[in-house]
Amino acid sequence: MNQVLKKADPSIRLVTVAGPPSSGKTSLILHTATVLLEQGVRIGIIKFDCLTGDDHKRYERAGLPVKKGLAGGLCPDHFFIANIEACVQWGINQGFDLLISESAGLCNRCSPHIKGVLAVCVIDHLSGVHTPRKIGPMLKNADLVILTKGDIVSQAEREVFSFRVRQANAKAAVLPVNGLTGQGSLLAAGHFKTAPAIDSLNGRRLRFTMPAALCSYCLGETKIGPDSQIGNVKTMDFT
Amino acid sequence: MENANIKSSTDRGILNLRLDTLMEKYPYLLDFFNALEINPFPIQNTLAMLIESLPMDHLVQFGLNHKSLSAQILEFIAKMEQCRDKIHGSMDHLVIEGGFDKNGCPETMGITLFPGEVVSVVGPTGSGKSQLLSDIECLAQGDTPSGRKVLPDGKTLDAPSRFSGEFRLVAQLSQNMNFVMDLTVEAFLQMHAESRLIDKIPEKITQVYQSAVMLAGEPFSLNTAITSLSGGQSRALMIADVAYLSASPVVLIDEIENAGIDRIKAVSLLLNKEKIVLIATHDPLLALSCDRRIVIKNGGIADVIKTLAAEKKSAACLADLDRKLGLLRERVRKGKRLIFDQNYFFDHS
Repeated sequence: MNQVLKKADPSIRLVTVAGPPSSGKTSLILHTATVLLEQGVRIGIIKFDCLTGDDHKRYERAGLPVKKGLAGGLCPDHFFIANIEACVQWGINQGFDLLISESAGLCNRCSPHIKGVLAVCVIDHLSGVHTPRKIGPMLKNADLVILTKGDIVSQAEREVFSFRVRQANAKAAVLPVNGLTGQGSLLAAGHFKTAPAIDSLNGRRLRFTMPAALCSYCLGETKIGPDSQIGNVKTMDFT
Repeated sequence: MENANIKSSTDRGILNLRLDTLMEKYPYLLDFFNALEINPFPIQNTLAMLIESLPMDHLVQFGLNHKSLSAQILEFIAKMEQCRDKIHGSMDHLVIEGGFDKNGCPETMGITLFPGEVVSVVGPTGSGKSQLLSDIECLAQGDTPSGRKVLPDGKTLDAPSRFSGEFRLVAQLSQNMNFVMDLTVEAFLQMHAESRLIDKIPEKITQVYQSAVMLAGEPFSLNTAITSLSGGQSRALMIADVAYLSASPVVLIDEIENAGIDRIKAVSLLLNKEKIVLIATHDPLLALSCDRRIVIKNGGIADVIKTLAAEKKSAACLADLDRKLGLLRERVRKGKRLIFDQNYFFDHS
């Protein structure tokens, strides 16, 4: 795991990093990238966001080339999947060895993970022991689960938390990383380096379907009431 | 190929088990089913029948279908059984091979640590104590800034075990750690014990609780919420919990001197559990309760000092001073005055 394989064809290793807001995705990527940069890996970053954020500046300060994608009014995961292939081509043209895409899982329903692409999920210990059960596909379909902010909770809670993560996803590697000091990022870097190399994502498949977004509110409706909700609508059962 | 066949026949066996047999054999499935709001009933049905009977609508909520649920259950059982096997393995010694200090000069020495041994790590702030602890945590293979190698039983851990994060060598305790779960002491210990897949859970809970109260000095009940414990009580519960319930053979402790607990008792509790205990400390009493002291300078191990018999003697005197200070602390707590004879501290008669 200590050697980066040199590639002959125009290809790139891709890693999708997802996790709830403020779980420490950017810090994880920064620390992991630092380890990899020292080993001579050329890295590019794609930062997906809904509204404008300043995270891309943190990457720029660290000397990492970054492209920012703002979903604006669109579902961020739909936006992600419609743009990720262009990101891959950008990464290949720039001559990167590794492309890391960071996206926020805002509704816990989505997961940007793609078959045959290294999938990373970041969750923090402070979010509570029930979180691994709530997060769903983003956690269940990940190859690597990174647990952050473990330095401020008790050992017992860390052990219970990683047990719960394994309950939801027994296949994944589960590693603690301290986002402040970078402790643990060495092992994360080992995983990033072994991400499969790809030349294009065309024809590949998501690991999990994205939410069906086909009602009138998707198209900008703001008025409430049965007359305004048209399309793929689901209602709660109060009986 | 052969392995794959055996695995799938085990899986088929599990799927054809009756639910009552299944739950008895793999009790942790109860919690697993709870999480997915599945009721394992009727008990005479097999696991395969149970999965089959679940409506698709129910599974969709959890991002599952019948096939992926079945796969998830089997993977979970396989992983848990693997963990159970690992817990029974133990470590005979831990070798730390020297690397380099911050100037790239080779470290003076490495060190081999043994279970039942307590070693302190000393050195000024920024000297590299944390790097040493971090090297141990990630089982460094010459690939951390220090270039050290950390070898359980003197052997290199294979890369898959190291990178999967399954083998957690180290339990950590520090002043900055807090409880964040909204649970009572009892429910918390129950949850931790269950996640460790151990037997005799009620006895373990009682053991941990009683040790914690003994260390804390201030009593608390099993019904106290863990988040409302005092600093000393929390620290005491964390230490007792690590001693009895943590699987990790190495315990790293960062500054417990101000925790308001009986630190000598705390250390001996951990030692009785055959753990390797490393304490980053500058507390003289705590340092003297250790057999050896690792001296860190400029990022490297500069020396390993064995505690002398003469030093152990002064420990008795220090313990006496510490006890007296404790009595004064108690007076402050009770709102009493602190007028006392100066000779009180130095008079041994």
